[in-house]
Amino acid sequence: MATVTTTRRAPGGAGVMPDTPGWARWANDHRKWLFAAPAMIFVAALIVIPLGWTAWLSLTDAEGSVRAESEFVGFQNYLDVLSDTDRFWPAVGRTAAFTVVALLFEVVLGMAVALLLWRPFKGQKWVRVAILMPLVATPVAVGMMWRLIFDPNIGLANQVLGWFGIGPQPWLAGQHSALPTTIFIDVWQWTPMVVLILLAGLTSLSDEPQEAARIDGASTWQRFRHVTLPLLMPTVIVAILLRGIDALKTFDILYATKGRGGGSFHEVETLNVYAYGLSFDYNEYGVSSTVLILFFLIIIGAMWALTARRKGARR
Amino acid sequence: MGLAACGGGGDDSGASKTVRVTLANHVWTENIKAALPEFEKQTGLKVEITQLGEDQLSDQYNVKLNAGSSDLDVMMYRPLQEGKLFAKNKYLADLSDQVKSNKDWDYSDFQPSPVEATTYEDKPVGVPIITEQEVLYYRKDLLAKAGLSAPPKTLDELKAAAAKIKASVPGTAGFVARTGKSPAVTQFSSFLYSFGGDFVDGSGKATVNSDAAKQAYAFYGGLIKDSGPANVSTDMSWPEAMAIFTQGKAAFYTEANSLYKNATDPAKSKVSDTVGFAPFPAGPAGSKPYNIPSWALGVNDASKNKSNAWKFIEWATGKEQTLAQQKAGVPGARTSVWANPEGTANYPKDLVEAIAASTKDGVAHDRPVVVKVGQARELVGQPIVDAITGKDAAAAADTANEAFQKFLDDEAK
Repeated sequence: MATVTTTRRAPGGAGVMPDTPGWARWANDHRKWLFAAPAMIFVAALIVIPLGWTAWLSLTDAEGSVRAESEFVGFQNYLDVLSDTDRFWPAVGRTAAFTVVALLFEVVLGMAVALLLWRPFKGQKWVRVAILMPLVATPVAVGMMWRLIFDPNIGLANQVLGWFGIGPQPWLAGQHSALPTTIFIDVWQWTPMVVLILLAGLTSLSDEPQEAARIDGASTWQRFRHVTLPLLMPTVIVAILLRGIDALKTFDILYATKGRGGGSFHEVETLNVYAYGLSFDYNEYGVSSTVLILFFLIIIGAMWALTARRKGARR
Repeated sequence: MGLAACGGGGDDSGASKTVRVTLANHVWTENIKAALPEFEKQTGLKVEITQLGEDQLSDQYNVKLNAGSSDLDVMMYRPLQEGKLFAKNKYLADLSDQVKSNKDWDYSDFQPSPVEATTYEDKPVGVPIITEQEVLYYRKDLLAKAGLSAPPKTLDELKAAAAKIKASVPGTAGFVARTGKSPAVTQFSSFLYSFGGDFVDGSGKATVNSDAAKQAYAFYGGLIKDSGPANVSTDMSWPEAMAIFTQGKAAFYTEANSLYKNATDPAKSKVSDTVGFAPFPAGPAGSKPYNIPSWALGVNDASKNKSNAWKFIEWATGKEQTLAQQKAGVPGARTSVWANPEGTANYPKDLVEAIAASTKDGVAHDRPVVVKVGQARELVGQPIVDAITGKDAAAAADTANEAFQKFLDDEAK
């Protein structure tokens, strides 16, 4: 400890003990970089390099082989993609719709469930475990399971509807019902996570403001609206951020339920599904990279907007 | 790396006693896995198997081969789906010398059309292991209920019979088949050929809007729309369509013969004892189902273990293994095995007849033969789903043809 303080007072090694070998002195001087190095190398290898490679690919007409040469085409792919109203823009719309609607349901439902679980009651432990069940399942397995349940002819969902005299619904099969159905699946799987986050936030709130409001005669709704919610807002934004990023990049549920291209009419083709199809079905690695880079920019933009809002909420 | 093998082929400097084989989930794979110890004992080699689903397998190859990875030796691949792409990208090793090296193994024993599909620029790059023909699956009991004594011989008869059964047996569809834009293309192809059409003509021009093609689209889509299951989805591949058939919810089903065990195995099928098979019904141009190699084995060109990889292929595709596979229900590509009564003894009799009829007039492809098959399938498959959902099939075929022609032009560049 003592050495550390010394060095800090005298940068450049002048104050280091004379018998310290050269490399140790150097290490001491650059320790903040040294300690960070493993993490930086890790980040570089796993994030920066692939991202840079993708950015490079997006400027070429790469077609799926290192041995088949690809040509540099400049921003041609970007022009093509941005003017593609057939697949790209509808995919952007679906990505946005999926994210916003799923997020809305998850936060509202998550809030309701978290409030119910907030105050202790008998059997609470079991209810919590039950609620967390969907979270632990793999999304692909979840998708396959719902695909079976929602099969229009031999699925359980329509059988159950039949008991109540309701006619069979197309669910995932319908051109217009497919996206809402996948949103339902996403809500089913991920609401528990929102519950978890909000519950953590709720339990850390202090009781005094609630007490004070109760004494002042505020109704349950008023207490929620004017006391709990404002206090909980930072947590809510964290939940929105985490779930929002996840919802934006949803892939497994969509692919497992509707397959390649998001179904025969691209009913659930989001940007992720589209980019996947471009590389693995069409071997258009260049165009696919372009879509991914644009998607990346969209996510960065959305996150920036949300965090700016978060700072605003803090102020 | 394992032990370095002495001797062997010239460029096998990195030869290993372990052969790394990547296989798809398939009955063939299960059979070969059971027989592996025999091969390992014979050769002293060790076989390491990676087994994946069709799509995952394909993605894995794309990623690994693209990176020039040498940790795959033998690859099970789909000649019609990826063959051209892999060969063009030089992922598949040229097997010209290997196929000639062993007289007893006998390359000339393989059926010509599967061999054609595993050959690229006159060089063999794969060995076919599984062949497929499209046949008609049907329910004998439902036929009897509708007062029909024999399965339909023509597409018109099929249409009439399907409509009759749907009308007379509540809760049962007359006909089911694949409906997904891309999955349906292969099974639709036999309808297309039997109407006298094809995806491209002799000069390489797109022909999916020919009169014959328009009729075929309208027929296939109409059959599913009018006589198919209620609420039919447009995403069905074979597992979904097969489930409807084997749950007893449909009378007729056109599908690859290689999947027949799903229908006849009592553990998987509720209708196992009433399933019949018939040759693909004849259209205006006759009965013209496809006859294709659905899977083949190839050697990764970047592998450093090529001679041992070939040893595995030689064994797995030899007469003995092919016969064993065929007896276990996997239709092979060897003429001698089909000629051997033992080779067909375990098949339902009507299925053997249907297969014989298909191999006689079969067409050697079941999808457009191009490099980017995935994209081509989506283009030529669009009119199928449009027809199923009640849109104008002819207009859809015109649009598809234009897009498909543009695709072909791009690919020819």
